[in-house]
Amino acid sequence: MGKRLNSDEMQKIFEILQKSYDIFGPKIYRGAGCFSDTDIVRYGLLNSWEELVWNQKSDYSFKEVLLPVSETILYFTENETKTADEAARQRLVFVKSCDFHALKRLDEIYMKNGAEDYYYRRMRENTVFAVMGCKESGKNCFCVSMGTNRCEEYDMYIFQDEKGCYMELRYRELEELLWDYGQNAQEKLTFVEKNEIHVEIPEKLPDAIHQDPMWQEYGSRCIGCGRCNFVCPTCTCFTMQDIFYKDNPKAGERRRVWASCQVNGYSDIAGGHSFRQSQGERMRFKVLHKISDYKKRFGYHMCVGCGRCENVCPEYISYVACLQKLNEKEGK
Amino acid sequence: MDINTKKLKKNAFRVSKVRGLTASRVRVPGGCCNADVMQQVVDIARKYGNGQIHLTTRQGFEIEGIHMEDMDKVNEMLQPIIDNLQINQNEAGTGYPASGTRNVCACIGNRVCPFGNYNTAVFAKRIEKAIFPNDLHFKIALTGCANDCIKARMHDFGIIGMTEPQYDPNRCVSCGACVKGCDKLSVDALKMENYRIVRNEEKCVGCGVCVTKCPTRAWTRSAKKYYRLTLMGRTGKKNPRLGEDFLIWADEDTIIKVILNTYKFVKEYIDPNAPGGKEHVGYIIDRVGFAEYKKWALDGVEIPPETVVKDNIYWSGIHYR
Repeated sequence: MGKRLNSDEMQKIFEILQKSYDIFGPKIYRGAGCFSDTDIVRYGLLNSWEELVWNQKSDYSFKEVLLPVSETILYFTENETKTADEAARQRLVFVKSCDFHALKRLDEIYMKNGAEDYYYRRMRENTVFAVMGCKESGKNCFCVSMGTNRCEEYDMYIFQDEKGCYMELRYRELEELLWDYGQNAQEKLTFVEKNEIHVEIPEKLPDAIHQDPMWQEYGSRCIGCGRCNFVCPTCTCFTMQDIFYKDNPKAGERRRVWASCQVNGYSDIAGGHSFRQSQGERMRFKVLHKISDYKKRFGYHMCVGCGRCENVCPEYISYVACLQKLNEKEGK
Repeated sequence: MDINTKKLKKNAFRVSKVRGLTASRVRVPGGCCNADVMQQVVDIARKYGNGQIHLTTRQGFEIEGIHMEDMDKVNEMLQPIIDNLQINQNEAGTGYPASGTRNVCACIGNRVCPFGNYNTAVFAKRIEKAIFPNDLHFKIALTGCANDCIKARMHDFGIIGMTEPQYDPNRCVSCGACVKGCDKLSVDALKMENYRIVRNEEKCVGCGVCVTKCPTRAWTRSAKKYYRLTLMGRTGKKNPRLGEDFLIWADEDTIIKVILNTYKFVKEYIDPNAPGGKEHVGYIIDRVGFAEYKKWALDGVEIPPETVVKDNIYWSGIHYR
């Protein structure tokens, strides 16, 4: 059972939600794109429904709400440290189905893969998720191929149309806040059922794929900017930065900051060694992690098929085309 | 054949090598026109010209091989082009009312180019609207970024697009792409301290390379668009030279006011005996002195607080006399 809300009721519930939650969702940042007079859609604090972008895939994923690009995790002085305070308020995050599936990957890495990550956990426990029904497949989406086009375990489902919205609630606290608004209704949930792009994931890649010359071509094309990692909802790598304040080097802070396996320095180790030095090797590492190595460990693919890496690459390196090449290799 | 060559030239035709033949000069502000204009130029060239069209250095078309007796008919055929490009005109069907102030040129700018910091054609058209028609010999060019592909510095007024990079340290992953980009492609104004970027504001030329290189949107462009205005670059026989910076971090309104003020300055100081009433503004400033010019140029102009105004300008170049 769900609720049908008109636009007045939608405004009302937004105000109610704002009282309890910091609300995050994809929104337009005017003029903030890479090029002059271009916009960007990325996650930010929403001040109204109108800001929430429905008809376009966000250029950057939701992950920065849980994993800030740069997060100070502790402060230190001569003999003491202090953990950074957690977010003051609960958070509600609007995501599409693909990103909701990516959340499972983030949880896997940060909470179930060995020691639990304290900073992720406290942020995660403080956050609820509203899944936005997707009417149309976006540019280069292949969620259907990855089985991430539909989802169930959300706290809230919402689908906006010209009459208002249809909403379902699965989280008690949200139900208590919102159940009195709108008309009872039972509607079919809207999810994308078909993408323009269909991707076959090669499930039996030969071991020799690591040595395949196909990777060398990427070495001459990739510029190692890391955009594909930074937009990806399932890339979780970070690095640590300890900094000493300039005015008082006896005090400082520790930050954790997004890292990219495509950017120089990622695999540097003590003694000056660096594993994957060429961009071709880095591409191989990334692609095989997304569609092969992660699955060997966790039983399902890491890639959710959001297509953001495909859209963002300034050198027009197509991840989808790379998967097709791998398929052909598998067939041989 | 009785032709008033002064009127012919003012009407944007040319006295050519071949007696009785002229060429029609079509101005295209900002170098930006659509296929309709192109087709109309082709039609004129086929009907009244010899089929040849020269693409001029000032981004106009010069329709070659027109018989002088056909100039009125050509002017009629020019009307849809003049209308399409919204060129100021005194009387429809009579062609261009002046030719002294040259076509305002521009690089392709941010319509297409990833480096462009503004829409060069839109600003060029705005300037054209403000200054044309005018008989005084002014050359103006606009370029999208500090690469200066249009060679704005070789014009009386060169307008170079700038952006004031905005840095959000909380989105920075310390990848160094901006530092490397600024060093390799621009002026090396960035360095990393404590894993964060420090921009040398004195050194920064506002090219925007850091913004295009940034993979996380830690660098973005300023909402306000800025321009560098360079003055009195020129080619020619006596003293070819590059234009020098006058205003840095200026805005559109200021630049238009300075250009319009310069027309007043020239009217006051132009050599009354100059051949054909034509003396380049740069030579007038050379005679009168920059201090006097600056007084006129900034008359009544409210300069934005962030704009740098140069105290003095010392041009160099090659002196042949």
